[in-house]
Amino acid sequence: MIVPLEHFLIFGAIIFTIGLYGTLVRRNLIGVLISIELILNSVNVNLVAFSKATSMAPETGQIFAVFVIAMAAAAVAVGLAIVIALYRVQKTVLADEVNLLKW
Amino acid sequence: MVNQIYFVPLLPLAAFVVNIFFGKKLGEKAGWISVITSAAACLIALPIMFGVARGGHFHHEFLWLTLSNGHALEFGYLLDPLSTTLLFVVTVVGTLIQVYATGYMHGDPKFSRFFAYVSLFMAAMLTLVIANNFIQFFVSWEIMGLCSYLLIGFWFEKDSAANAGRKAFLTTRIGDVGFFIGIMTLYVASGSLNFRDLHHLQPHALLPMAALFIFCGTIGKSAQFPLHVWLPDAMEGPTPVSALIHAATMVAAGVYLVARSFPLFEAVPQAMTVVATIGTITAFMAAFIALTATDIKKVLAYSTISQLGFMVAALGLGGLTPGTFHLMTHAFFKALLFMAAGSVIHGTGTQEIKELGGLFGKMKHTSWTFLIGSVAIAGVPPLSGFWSKDEILLTAYNSSQRWIYWVLLASAFMTAFYMFRLVFLTFFGKARNHHIHAHESPVNMTLPLWVLAAGAILLGLPGSPFFGNWFQNFLGGHGEHHAEHVINWFVMGSSVVAATGGILLAAVLYLWFPQGALKMGEIFRPLYLASINKLWFDELYKRIIVDPWQATGRWLFAFDKTIIDGTVNGAGWLTLLTSRIHDVFDKYIIDGLVNLTGAVVQIFGAFTRRIQTGLIQNYLLIVFLGVLVLVYFELK
Repeated sequence: MIVPLEHFLIFGAIIFTIGLYGTLVRRNLIGVLISIELILNSVNVNLVAFSKATSMAPETGQIFAVFVIAMAAAAVAVGLAIVIALYRVQKTVLADEVNLLKW
Repeated sequence: MVNQIYFVPLLPLAAFVVNIFFGKKLGEKAGWISVITSAAACLIALPIMFGVARGGHFHHEFLWLTLSNGHALEFGYLLDPLSTTLLFVVTVVGTLIQVYATGYMHGDPKFSRFFAYVSLFMAAMLTLVIANNFIQFFVSWEIMGLCSYLLIGFWFEKDSAANAGRKAFLTTRIGDVGFFIGIMTLYVASGSLNFRDLHHLQPHALLPMAALFIFCGTIGKSAQFPLHVWLPDAMEGPTPVSALIHAATMVAAGVYLVARSFPLFEAVPQAMTVVATIGTITAFMAAFIALTATDIKKVLAYSTISQLGFMVAALGLGGLTPGTFHLMTHAFFKALLFMAAGSVIHGTGTQEIKELGGLFGKMKHTSWTFLIGSVAIAGVPPLSGFWSKDEILLTAYNSSQRWIYWVLLASAFMTAFYMFRLVFLTFFGKARNHHIHAHESPVNMTLPLWVLAAGAILLGLPGSPFFGNWFQNFLGGHGEHHAEHVINWFVMGSSVVAATGGILLAAVLYLWFPQGALKMGEIFRPLYLASINKLWFDELYKRIIVDPWQATGRWLFAFDKTIIDGTVNGAGWLTLLTSRIHDVFDKYIIDGLVNLTGAVVQIFGAFTRRIQTGLIQNYLLIVFLGVLVLVYFELK
C-alpha cells in the first residue's frame, strides 16, 4: 500500500505546529529546545516524503535529513550547555525570568 | 694735543654715569666724584685757555653724517677767545659751586642724584661751550634744559617745586622751538651750520628770519622779556642749582648763543634792534620788579634777569665784548651772591628777608662775601661789576639809540638800590625773628664763597684801562683792530653816581629811617603795586594762555565725556542688547530645536522600546508572524 504524499505532509504539519506552539508558549527552556527538535523533525519528515514522492534519487532527501539530525544534535548540545550555564548563574531555566539584557 | 679738550665734557659725563648708577652705594662720596671730575676738566682746559690767550685758535671737526645733498653734519670743537672765556667761567665757577654743594646738600636723601644731575649739566654746558656748530649746540642746549627741569623740581615732594620745574621746561620750550626753526632757516639760507662759516655769510632773504628765530632761543633760555616768568619760579630748586644753572652758566648760554652767532646778527641790523630792545626792556623791567621782592632768592633771580638783559642789550648794540665781559663778571658775582644767600638759608632756615636781619655778627664769612658781591653787582669801582657794566653803558652811549643808555642807567641805579636793600635788611639792623638762631656754614661752603669773592673783585681788572683793556683786545681779535678805548668820563661818572646813589637811597630808607620805605610805598602806591605783583605777568599769561588752554581742555573733556564716551558706551549698550537677543534666540530657538529632536527621539523610543520585551518567545512570535506575512504576500 502506498501512503499518499498528503498524509506525510499533514503529519509533518501537525508536528511542526506542535513544535511551534511549544517553542512559543513553553517557559522552560529545555521544553523550548525539545520543541525546536520537533520542528526540525517535521522538516525531516517533509524532506524524506518529498524525496520519495518526487525525486528520481530518493537518497537525496534522506541524506539531507541525516545532516539536519546531525546539526540538530549539535544545536541541542550547545543549547543545553547554555541552559546549564544559565542555571548555574540564575538558578532558573524559565525563559521569562531571564531578562538581564532587557533595555 | 688740543684734542684733549674732548675730555672736558666727557669727564663730568662719566661722573654722571657713575653717580646715577652707583650713587646709592657711594653715599656722600658721590659729591666728590662730581667735584673731582669737574676740577680735572678745569685743569685740562687751563693749558688750552692759555694757548688761546697767547693767540691760538683751534678747531677740529669729525663727520657725524652726510646729508643727501652732499652737505655734512659735523661735531667738533671751536676754541676761540669767546668760547675760551665761557670755558673758563663754566669750569671754574662750576667746580666751586659743586664744592659748595657738598656742604649745602649734606644730609639730603637724594644727595647722589643731585650730583649726578649737576654732572650731566656740566657735561652738557661744556659741550655747548666748545661746540662748533648749531646742531651740537642745540643738543647740549636741550640736555641743559632737561637738567634744569630735573634740578628745579629736585624737591618734587613740594608741589611748588614740581610746578616750577614744569613751568620752566614749558616756557623755555617755546623759545627752543623757535631756536630750532631758526637753525633750519639758517641752514636753508646759508647751507652751513658751522659757526666758522658765519663769518662769510652771503646775503639772503631768510637771514633776518633766521636771526630772529635763533634769538627766540635766547629769550627762552636767558629769561628775557616776555618769557622771563620761569626764572623766578626756578628758585624752588636747591640754591647751588640756582647759582650754577640759573645765574652763572645756563641762563648765560642764551647770551652766548647771540655772541656765538654774532656775525649773523651783525648781518641783519633789524634783528640787532630787536635784540637791543628786548634786552633793554628786560633789564629795566626785572630791576623794577626786584625792588619789592621779599624773598632773598627772588630778588637775586630778578637781578639775574636784569643783568642778562644788560648783556643782551649790549650785544644788540653791537657790543660783543662788553656783553661777554659782563657775562663773565656776572657769572662770578652772581654765583657768589646766590651761594651766600644759600648760606644764609642754610644757617637760618628761612629766605624771607622780613624775618632776617642783623646777621652780620653771626655769619661773618657769609656777610662779608655777600657784601662784596653786592658792591660788585651795584657797580662800585674798582670791582668787576663796575668795569663790565661801564663797558655796556659806554656802548649804549655811543650807539645811535641813546635812550637805551638812559634806561640802562636807571636800571643800574635800581640794581644798586635793591641789592643794598637786600643787604641792609638781611645783615644789618636787628634780628626780626628771635626764633631763628643763625650759625655760620661749614668751611666747604665758605671757602668757595671767598674764592668767588676774589673773582668778583679782581676779574674786572683785565678789562679795565689799568691793564690796557687786555680782555677787550683778546676778545675782539688779535692785532687786527685794536679799538681805541677812550675813557668816557661822563659815562663812568654817571655809572658811579647811579651806583652810589642807589646804595645811599637804600641806606636812607632801610638803615637810617626804617619808616621811609613804608612812606615811599604809600607815595608811589601804583608803582609799588605794579612791582610787587611782578607787573602782573603771571596773571596776564594765566588769563591769555593758561585759562583759554584750560577752557579748551575742559571743553574737550566735556566733548570726550559726552560724545566719545557716549559713543563708546552706546556701542557697548548696543552690543549688550544684541547679545541679549542672541541669548533669547539661542535659548529658545536653537536649544528648543535641539531639545525637540531629543524629545521626539525619546517619545518615539518610548513606544518602540515596548517591542523589546526581553522575552525570547515574543521575538520568536514576531519572527513567525513576519514569516506568515511574507508567505501571505508570496501566495497572494
